[in-house]
Amino acid sequence: MHVPDGFFNVAVSISAGAVAAAGVAVCLRGARRELDDRTAPMAGLVAAFIFAVQMLNFPVAAGTSGHLLGGTLAAILVGPYTAVLCMAVVLLVQGFFFADGGLTALGVNITLMGIVAVVVGWTVFRLITRSTRSRGVVVAASFVAALVSVPAAALAFTLLFWVGGTAPIEVGTVAAAMGGVHVLIGVGEGLITAVTVSTVLAVRPDLVYGARGLAAPLVLRGADGDATVVRQAPAGTPAQRTSARNSAEVEAGAGAGAGARVRAQAGSRRLGWFLPVGIAVAALLAGAVSFYASSSPDGLERVAEDKGFIGHATDHALAGQPLADYGEVGGIPVGVAGLIGVVVTLVVGAALFFAVRRLAGRHASEDEVSA
Amino acid sequence: MGAGHHHQIYRAGDTLVHRLPPQCKLAAVAAFALVVVATPREWFWAFGLYALLLAAVAVAARVPALSVLRRMVIEIPFVVFAVALPFIGFGERVSLLGLSLSAEGLWSAWNILAKATLGVVASVLLASTTEPRLMLLGAQRLRLPPLLVQIAMFMLRYLDVIVDEMRRMRVARESRGFTARDVRHIPVVARSAGALFIRSYERGERVHLAMLSRGYSGSMPIIQDLSASARQWLVAGMLPGAALVALLGTWGLAL
Amino acid sequence: MTPSLEVSRLAYAYPDGTQALFGVDFEIGRGERVALLGPNGAGKTTLVMHLNGILTAGHGTVTVAGLPVSKGSLREIRRRVGLVFQDPDDQLFMPTVREDVAFGPANLGIGGEELERRVKGALERVGMLETIDRPPHHLSFGQRRRVAVATVLAMEPEILVLDEPSSNLDPASRRELADVLRSLDVTVLMVTHDLPYALELCDRALILSGGTIAADGPTGEILSDAELLAAHRLELPYGFAPPRPGHPS
Repeated sequence: MHVPDGFFNVAVSISAGAVAAAGVAVCLRGARRELDDRTAPMAGLVAAFIFAVQMLNFPVAAGTSGHLLGGTLAAILVGPYTAVLCMAVVLLVQGFFFADGGLTALGVNITLMGIVAVVVGWTVFRLITRSTRSRGVVVAASFVAALVSVPAAALAFTLLFWVGGTAPIEVGTVAAAMGGVHVLIGVGEGLITAVTVSTVLAVRPDLVYGARGLAAPLVLRGADGDATVVRQAPAGTPAQRTSARNSAEVEAGAGAGAGARVRAQAGSRRLGWFLPVGIAVAALLAGAVSFYASSSPDGLERVAEDKGFIGHATDHALAGQPLADYGEVGGIPVGVAGLIGVVVTLVVGAALFFAVRRLAGRHASEDEVSA
Repeated sequence: MGAGHHHQIYRAGDTLVHRLPPQCKLAAVAAFALVVVATPREWFWAFGLYALLLAAVAVAARVPALSVLRRMVIEIPFVVFAVALPFIGFGERVSLLGLSLSAEGLWSAWNILAKATLGVVASVLLASTTEPRLMLLGAQRLRLPPLLVQIAMFMLRYLDVIVDEMRRMRVARESRGFTARDVRHIPVVARSAGALFIRSYERGERVHLAMLSRGYSGSMPIIQDLSASARQWLVAGMLPGAALVALLGTWGLAL
Repeated sequence: MTPSLEVSRLAYAYPDGTQALFGVDFEIGRGERVALLGPNGAGKTTLVMHLNGILTAGHGTVTVAGLPVSKGSLREIRRRVGLVFQDPDDQLFMPTVREDVAFGPANLGIGGEELERRVKGALERVGMLETIDRPPHHLSFGQRRRVAVATVLAMEPEILVLDEPSSNLDPASRRELADVLRSLDVTVLMVTHDLPYALELCDRALILSGGTIAADGPTGEILSDAELLAAHRLELPYGFAPPRPGHPS
């Protein structure tokens, strides 16, 4: 899915580059807050991990296989800001060191796979785990978030393609083709993400950023028998979790941090940030499209002017496609179509969210006791 | 994206191109790619000149054509897509070799193929002549945020280690008779991924401790100073410069 | 003469409450080579982490060449205590050997000619000068071990603390490392399970067991005391004759 040079026109390539640069700049500051002075080595190792798991391919349907994107997985494990940085670094390294993905397309690639996938995945994850935070819900949320993030990135790709793609294919066709395959890939991504998160939760729950505060809180008993519950800190300071070769020697205090930095409030503050941003990004891509389309010198505008198109529509192999028709008239219908696409994704995501929430509500009490 | 492309492209050598400071090469190739993408697809001459320029660089860097071709395999999915365009594209049809093809599709296929190929070849030449760590130092000199460069540095350092661990896990799985064949097998592979994450993260913590033990206090020390002379910038600038001249020249001729 | 290392009534508990060290006391003089022995889980690595301030003691003090370990003295302490971890890959995190060895002194503010001199000097002392421009993952395990030692030597430490230095080394690498350690002019504290190695290189041995120092004496004597060894899950390897008391090596 790494876009090469020439696939998008210069305007889109440069604009996407600006979006990517701005996004990465914001995340540079955010990641430092997530990891402080450990950011460079930790994020580097996580980036290496993402690069490695992106090599995992899983069968999707007869003959085709998909690759793990990893954006949502990274966000759930190490937090959204660090995740964006890791994805950006992976893409930069793949572009410059392995000639995978065009250099002028780095902006597009980072925006799609680094920013859109992570923002959408994290937003969905936080929406689901907002009120209930038990192990089961975290795993289910991981599945849904990762599932939605893949077609969301594909949708963003389609929108970018409609704005500045250099190939003469109706957006509807692209949307249908991309959407279909990527929903299937999303299922695989969701499965892998959910099981991976579940595995890490079972062994080192303190390493899952999205499950902070999940460990059973410590109880302090005073001399007169009164008990106070200590709020859990997230992944504690490195000193407390030295993992030596002889792991029997050094016991990693499960999830406890010496200074209880209460992150719960910070978490909901961060959610407040992401939800409007997530929707804004999607809406911007959909809405700005209409503005761009009219000033675009080539692509759909030119084709729409070509009167012969409508007559030849029936020659087109994919003319029977329900979505192919709306490409006939350039301008408003297409813009509406773009927005419809965004709405569809949100509706699907919301439906899944509510479904999981209902399930979570049923199991919440049981899970919290056993967590 | 896919398995197998993590083998390093860099080929050691001592040519003029190898000796150029990395920041010059990075900037030159990026500028060249930009000129290529900005070129209107009808200007065949320009593309021909670009190809010649890249060939000249390859000769100067003594990079064998075969090694470049091998790395171009990465392009194949988009080649397939580009080839399909004349068949599935909309717009006016023309008759070519007895087939009814979309004119717009043909143009678009050429556009994508030409630009993507030139881009890949330029990237491969850059990666073949620049050591990875020098590439990072060059990026830093070009004002890429230092934190990003450091993350990339640690990533490159431990990439082989992590990939090896993943491979060992796969060998362990297969030794017990497991091969991933369909969707039902995903959970097994994913469990290894979880274990791999824990190992990677814990290693990251140990690396951090090792850094602390050697006096690390939050920022990386400056160890090597890389500066480029004006002359070196000029030499590197010849690639995008010549491409720009070709572009403007063709434009002048077209007028 | 100020001892290289003084540990006094050191006690420490993990964040989850488990106490690991119950009052550790010992002193190491300048130039001594001492082995730290003990069963798995005794707290040897935890103790070692206190020596350069990575862990902060709940009680007790650690003093390195007269300087107590405290928040303010960490920078100097980390120069004085050269900690070599068990896994060299954790310690060689830079793209080339040169940069790895230079990392420590560069953090101390050393640069230019002096830095170059230290890097080359350290690599020469471990016999790895020819690998200076190679990436660490192209070296063999034994070579990486030695380069890891060089990375701390370049900081000109007072005491070299090694965690399982001979583990996973083939016999030739083991001998090469032993030669290097013998040739160095620093105080050495070596955490090890390799009893013959301890006997070969260290005149004195400590046994850490149950969170305190259970034994402290000449290595030969300790290794000949079968009961003492057995009490702390230590055994001599098959075919290795216990040294006779009075003949330590």
